[in-house]
Amino acid sequence: MQDETALESRAGSMAAMPVAAEAPIDLRKRPRIREAAIQGFLFLCGVLSILTTLGIVFELGRESLGFFARQVWEDSNKALTVALAPHATELSLSRGGSGIQAGDLVRVENEVVLVEAATGQLATVVRGRQGTQAVTHPANTALFLGRGVSLIEFFTGTRWSPQIGQFGILPLVTATLVTSLIAMLVALPLGLSAAIYLSEYASEPARKILKPILEVLSGVPTVVYGYFALTFMTPLLRGIFGANTVQIYNMASAGLVIGILILPLVSSMSEDALSAVPRSLREAAYAMGATKLEVAVKVVVPAALSGIAAAFILAMSRAVGETMIVAIAAGQGPNFTFNPFRSAETMTGHMVRISGGDLSYDSIDYNSIFAIGLLLFLITLLLNIISQRIVRRFREVYD
Amino acid sequence: MARNQHPVGRSSSPDGRRPALERSEGSLTEPFTNNLLSRHRSARVGQMLFLVSTIVGIVVLTALLFNIVNSAFGLAAVQDKVDPTTLVRDAVLIEHQTKEQLVQVLEDNLKPAVFQTLKTGKPFEQRSHKEVYDLVVDRVVQPEVKQTWPLFDSLLHRQQILAGIAQEYPGARVQFLSWIDARFLVTPQSSQVERAGVRTAILGSLWTIALTIAIAFPVGVCAAIYLEEYARDNWVSRLIRTNINNLGGVPSIIYGMLGLAIFVRALQSLTSGTLFGLADPTTANGRTILSAGLTLALLILPVIIINSREAIRAVPGSLREASFGLGATKWQTVWAHVLPSALPGILTGTILAISRAIGETAPLVVIGASTFINKDPSGPFSKFTTLPIQIYQWTARPQAEFRNIAAAAIIVLLVLLLALNATAILLRNRYSRRV
Repeated sequence: MQDETALESRAGSMAAMPVAAEAPIDLRKRPRIREAAIQGFLFLCGVLSILTTLGIVFELGRESLGFFARQVWEDSNKALTVALAPHATELSLSRGGSGIQAGDLVRVENEVVLVEAATGQLATVVRGRQGTQAVTHPANTALFLGRGVSLIEFFTGTRWSPQIGQFGILPLVTATLVTSLIAMLVALPLGLSAAIYLSEYASEPARKILKPILEVLSGVPTVVYGYFALTFMTPLLRGIFGANTVQIYNMASAGLVIGILILPLVSSMSEDALSAVPRSLREAAYAMGATKLEVAVKVVVPAALSGIAAAFILAMSRAVGETMIVAIAAGQGPNFTFNPFRSAETMTGHMVRISGGDLSYDSIDYNSIFAIGLLLFLITLLLNIISQRIVRRFREVYD
Repeated sequence: MARNQHPVGRSSSPDGRRPALERSEGSLTEPFTNNLLSRHRSARVGQMLFLVSTIVGIVVLTALLFNIVNSAFGLAAVQDKVDPTTLVRDAVLIEHQTKEQLVQVLEDNLKPAVFQTLKTGKPFEQRSHKEVYDLVVDRVVQPEVKQTWPLFDSLLHRQQILAGIAQEYPGARVQFLSWIDARFLVTPQSSQVERAGVRTAILGSLWTIALTIAIAFPVGVCAAIYLEEYARDNWVSRLIRTNINNLGGVPSIIYGMLGLAIFVRALQSLTSGTLFGLADPTTANGRTILSAGLTLALLILPVIIINSREAIRAVPGSLREASFGLGATKWQTVWAHVLPSALPGILTGTILAISRAIGETAPLVVIGASTFINKDPSGPFSKFTTLPIQIYQWTARPQAEFRNIAAAAIIVLLVLLLALNATAILLRNRYSRRV
């Protein structure tokens, strides 16, 4: 790089020489505004990718914070027994319903009050919290108990229905897990076997035909695969296992088709890893009298294991983030089940369905899909980083 | 292991014969068998398995295409609300009637108010013969598809199907329908299967892709030039590189969320066009072609950058040095020598990225592409729908007939992709010959 700059400036001053023949030659690098401006612009284009990442992290994080900071009002099944004057701090509560404790936020009509102490049917409160006005409330007004979305509930709850205050993301996560696992069960053996065949067995003409066909599979839009899953795979599964066992929308059919979608990824990345294994290793094994299968399975595959593992993890990340196939074929509505023949909505499928309608900003649904998106982003990012680490760390370097 | 057992490595053996003896003693207790027969058998079985796995891909691809073609053509039972033979005027079937006769048919069969609305909407004198004929079919005959059968059933079990139709839909006529035809390509969306087309979807797709290319191609190539030609090996450029690799692995739906939060919501005045006073009042909510183009551009940017970097890296250094040697500046070298040599590779990579963008559905659903729209998009600030979204909508409908037009739309999409990839190959061949 330094040589180039030196060359450049010398060339520049040589061009100027005849004009200023008498003056001492200035060997310093001349400022070139246009060049600098162009370099600056190119740099900005490069930086755009960082801005994209920052944008993703910032927006997902901000809206998710909005989700967790959200106050949800639940009917406490309690009501005021005595009318409440604007300056009164004593609430007399009806019997039954959920218990109200010190520290709770309670909504009375449009006013929010903070409970300081509560004993049985009497509560001492601070009036007009969260910017609301302390006004008179008649007797028999219903009381709503305020509640935030807790992280514990988010990760351990088994029901997801933000509209009615159920915030357990587990059903969406298990559905994603089931479809991805089925996909990996299809893609791993088939992809690795295809890679071994292409790299170790296939003749050059056969490779030239087979490889592009596998690549075409990865070029088909995912919505087409979704159509395929619903109109081909599902009837096939229903034919094999019976229409009573297999629901019309089911995770198995979506998972199988995702497996086909990521198969080319697994096979082409694994094949790269296999062909990077030096020939001498194979020849040494043949010299020991090993059969072709033994060479492939016991020598070449172990030597390429890091590359194959990286391919598997990257494929897993693709399977987790796959959207249209599950949106079309896996079913609508969260369902906490591990049965692959049942319908269940995955994280991505839920995001697509919720945002498909006209989504109003600042609604609980809007915030909730960002919280799911953040989780999805973190999962795939983690898988990608692991994959890159494996390649860098465990790569066998041969001379 | 083998090295440890090597006789020379053992200092205890004076002549190197004892270890060999030891080993032969070992093999006496455990006789050596080479199992050649079974090993060869398993080798053959292994090879078969590997071959079968490879062929599975081909089988699936065949099944996919078969499935689509199977749904896009086939027999259909069509029930007319009014039998066309009752509309005969002067012993002429409606297919051969003159425009005036057709207008007469309309006047006789429609309610006066409806007829009047049609007339005031556009006088019949100004309508072509074809338009009037279509009106008669749509408004008077009102054909309705009762049931459809896939192509291969239609060919193999034609007799049973015909018998079934005669029993179930006595008045229906049987038609062999190709769901994809010229009419399908040029008619806008409709809620009725028989009249639905993909015109708006194709136009929407083309507009979106044009914007995506216009944004992503220059930015992507510039970023690649910076990384390959200008960037020193410091933490900034390393960060950018790692970041681009990671962005390539982010699920597309996350880009949709980014687009929704930034382009649709935060930059609403820009993307809906109110900033320039160009907004279509019905669409001024940011869910426009511009938002879609920007979102897809961010999505394919990593792919373009990675491919372009490889193409630029493949340009031999001697080319640059020759240019510098003649006194060219850095940018002159890049512009006049590096870029032209790298262009075929850059173009191929870009076109691959674009084919990905054309098939992309999830981010566009998230940023709120319209699901039903029958007006052509007129510019970057219009509402839009695209082919994949249309396919998704039709596939997701419970009525089976919509699967047929979804299959037809898939064929359109696949042909579009095929054309694009063919262009990529042609472009590459043409430019690589010139350079």
